[in-house]
Amino acid sequence: MPYVPHTPEDIRSMLDTIGLDQVDDLFAALPEAVRFQGELDLPDGLTEEEVRRFFIKAAARNHGQLELTSFLGGGVYDAIVPAACDAIISRSEFMTAYTPYQPEVSQGTLQAIYEWQTYICRLTGMDVSNASMYDGATALSEAVSMALAAKRKKTVVLPANLNPRYRRVVTTSMRGEGITIVDAPVAFDGTVDIAALTGVVDGDVGAVVLQNPNYLGLVERTNEIQAVAAAAGALTVAVVNPVALSVLQTPAEFGADIVCGEAQPFGIASSWGGPLLGFIACTDAHKRRLPGRVVGRTTDSRGQEGYVLTLQTREQHIRREKATSNICSNQGLNAMCATVYLSMLGTEGLQELGESNLTRAAALRRRLGKIDGVEFPFAGPVFNEMVVRLPRPAAEFRAYARTRGVLAGIPLDGFAECGAGDLLVAVTEKRTAVDIDLLGEVLADFLAGREEVSS
Amino acid sequence: MSQDSQLTPERWNASLPDSIFNQGVAGRRALTFPKWDGEDVSADLPDAVRRAAPADLPSLSEPEVMRHFTRLSNLNHHIERGIYPLGSCTMKYNPRVNEQIARLAGLADLHPEQGPEDIQGLLGALKLLETGLCQITGFDACSLIPAAGAHGEYLGMLVIRAYHLSRGDTGRTEILIPDSAHGTNPASVVIAGMTPRTIKSRQDDGRIDLEQLRDALSEKTAGIMITNPNTLGLFENDIQEVAALVHAAGGRLYMDGANMNAIMGKSRPAEMGFDVVHFNLHKTMSTPHGGGGPGCGPICVTADLAEFLPGPWITANADGSYGLDKVPDADSDGIHSYFGNVGIALRALAYILRLGGNGLTRATECAVLNANYLLARLKPILPVDHEVGCLHEFVASGRSWKENFGVRTLDIAKRMLDYGVHAPTIYFPLIVDEAIMIEPTETESKESLDHFVAIMEAIHAEAQSDPDLVKTAPHTTPVGRMDEARAAREPDLRFLGPCNCAI
Repeated sequence: MPYVPHTPEDIRSMLDTIGLDQVDDLFAALPEAVRFQGELDLPDGLTEEEVRRFFIKAAARNHGQLELTSFLGGGVYDAIVPAACDAIISRSEFMTAYTPYQPEVSQGTLQAIYEWQTYICRLTGMDVSNASMYDGATALSEAVSMALAAKRKKTVVLPANLNPRYRRVVTTSMRGEGITIVDAPVAFDGTVDIAALTGVVDGDVGAVVLQNPNYLGLVERTNEIQAVAAAAGALTVAVVNPVALSVLQTPAEFGADIVCGEAQPFGIASSWGGPLLGFIACTDAHKRRLPGRVVGRTTDSRGQEGYVLTLQTREQHIRREKATSNICSNQGLNAMCATVYLSMLGTEGLQELGESNLTRAAALRRRLGKIDGVEFPFAGPVFNEMVVRLPRPAAEFRAYARTRGVLAGIPLDGFAECGAGDLLVAVTEKRTAVDIDLLGEVLADFLAGREEVSS
Repeated sequence: MSQDSQLTPERWNASLPDSIFNQGVAGRRALTFPKWDGEDVSADLPDAVRRAAPADLPSLSEPEVMRHFTRLSNLNHHIERGIYPLGSCTMKYNPRVNEQIARLAGLADLHPEQGPEDIQGLLGALKLLETGLCQITGFDACSLIPAAGAHGEYLGMLVIRAYHLSRGDTGRTEILIPDSAHGTNPASVVIAGMTPRTIKSRQDDGRIDLEQLRDALSEKTAGIMITNPNTLGLFENDIQEVAALVHAAGGRLYMDGANMNAIMGKSRPAEMGFDVVHFNLHKTMSTPHGGGGPGCGPICVTADLAEFLPGPWITANADGSYGLDKVPDADSDGIHSYFGNVGIALRALAYILRLGGNGLTRATECAVLNANYLLARLKPILPVDHEVGCLHEFVASGRSWKENFGVRTLDIAKRMLDYGVHAPTIYFPLIVDEAIMIEPTETESKESLDHFVAIMEAIHAEAQSDPDLVKTAPHTTPVGRMDEARAAREPDLRFLGPCNCAI
């Protein structure tokens, strides 16, 4: 038994102390009728080497973003994973510790969470952040609940250009709470139609959600949306890409009340979509409605500064059915990873990260724009992701590009103002000029009908 | 090795580093990005949409970053340092091979928008895990999507609600929950749009009171949530009768599987009469707690509830390949952007494969052996109200210490920290006065448990001879007791000062 230290002699001696004859007697309290008979139908245990080989073989049957050239985004990005991040989160002190319930022996985790909260506040301009959420979608769901509870309202407005995966999670959650969801239509330029928004935001609305950049990659009309929400007495909930906050207007600057999103690009592997790193932050006015763990700085009995979980009267283990959320375990170690990542950047590094995404997005647009038949249906500014309109179905192009080793993007057929030819293409700081040129070449071949030759 | 020599409180040679926000020096940098190697392009981002000023972050070199976080790490207790007997948390050893496999190229670098053609190996592994979890619980279908135990509870409640609604049974909105339950249970019920109704557990042993249950059942009953074994570490002896009553009333049974480590290979939720169970893979299946996640909280369900599990479903094709079915569209329900904490699920599979069926059963046996051994050794100084039939954990009471020495459970817990062990879960469950909930797990050796007993005996002696020493503990930890009232009254939740102006 690899992880259990007991020798037969240990077991005998321990049973003697307890006063039992055999191990099975330990389970005497289980009624006979529910005792499992026989052995679990699972394979025999393997050696560590066999386990490793099993997973190496399984991994070899996959084709990831290290092997292929990825332009996939939509919320999760092919971002750099620094070795230092992995080294820190592999330390047993962080990896194997529990939620810091005993602050005297958990200051490492607590201070790191406080630093994470500070980073999120500095990126977003908000006053308060929590320790983390499961992912961007669940963070949004909690943000909407918070806003509606604060306003004691039962209607939320979601923009039609919201990440559809987020919308699904919010819709599912709101149904349970009896919340009405109203859609804000998208204008021809791919951003929220302000006139239409004004028409749907009335006194019943407690929260207006915006995504910036929106799911089409476009910088949104943030100030105008916030103004419409505020005029009706509703809170503004902003879903943001935290990497884009390196250069984009902060949610505080456009007057958001609650901010959430997905922080995976801060050093976290994509792992087929999990574990990710949701975050949520808000203005001071709403801090007592935040879900999950929050760390505060205080003093100890010896007069030293230190950190502790705080504002716990919001939480399920105290408030039970009256808690603001049921969240308990969150994505702690991934928040630690992102905290290390952000500590490696500094002010200049963060700006360089942002500019390198902007540069690659501009280069992508220029390269693909040279191909006959390719259009960019939306003219507004983008950060690192954009809609490319093809004269043939985007799904067919995706399949073809895959045969050339390229993950070309996400087909958008049926989403918002998009049709069958629309493809969502993302770049990150990892994409090179060669990568972008390859995508252009593959797309040109596809549109020129040269698929057969190349594949 | 002398037992006595270990009983000196452990001096913790670590102090809090300065905030990272105070450590930056302008011009330093740890992470740089590949230079753009193509034609010159200019990004035309209008000033109107740019942030007014760059985010003020500390500028540090990589060695400084590593030193800061390593110094922070030295302030933590953790499993590789010493016993971590937090009741209900199953703080077992986290195998290193699990970490290695989750980071493999071909697993860690998969994008969630990649389809079956690129992820055959991953889908095969995840399907194998689903099958294994179904085998351990006796159920027919599994969803790996929930990202934590509470997330699994939420999904389980959605499934039960969807089941009733599918039958046009719209009035079933009440979920019964014993008063000994974890706080996530009632919170999850509310979030899923139902109403929790508390039922009192039996005073003598904390188990479900059948009379209370009968009284509470009605045409409004959607189901019941039961932790089995319960939070006192006791198996619900009457579980089949409970199941019969709830089913007869039209409700379904949800098992909180936080305590699965007590019963693997010994009893299965399906045979007990449950309809849904969640796992905490970060407890039972050895994946790390990470200081608060990421965890993984899959649920397993009976065949008739399978249709209510969210997509995508992994399907095994006749030719040995794998596909995805019920891929979500705009109208689908969802609880996560993608497929949950996939990397954690892979670690759990590594554990299950390493141990095999017999090994999992052995893990449960030794977990229960360890708890009962510790109970037998500790009860002379730390009474346990409900000791008969204790499985993987037990709840002692510090009541007599409070009465005799004026030392509370909180004080005992804090003094334990001085001796280099983590405190158990305290003041939970709420139904035991001065509760001390101890779960050693199977990965602790007999010597480790004996050491723990010796510490408790030493603290017991201190409580008699010098109660103030215990009441003012901890003394050797990096910080003392924190002023939690001040933290809540004057919240200081982020660093306010400017960065990079140290020099």
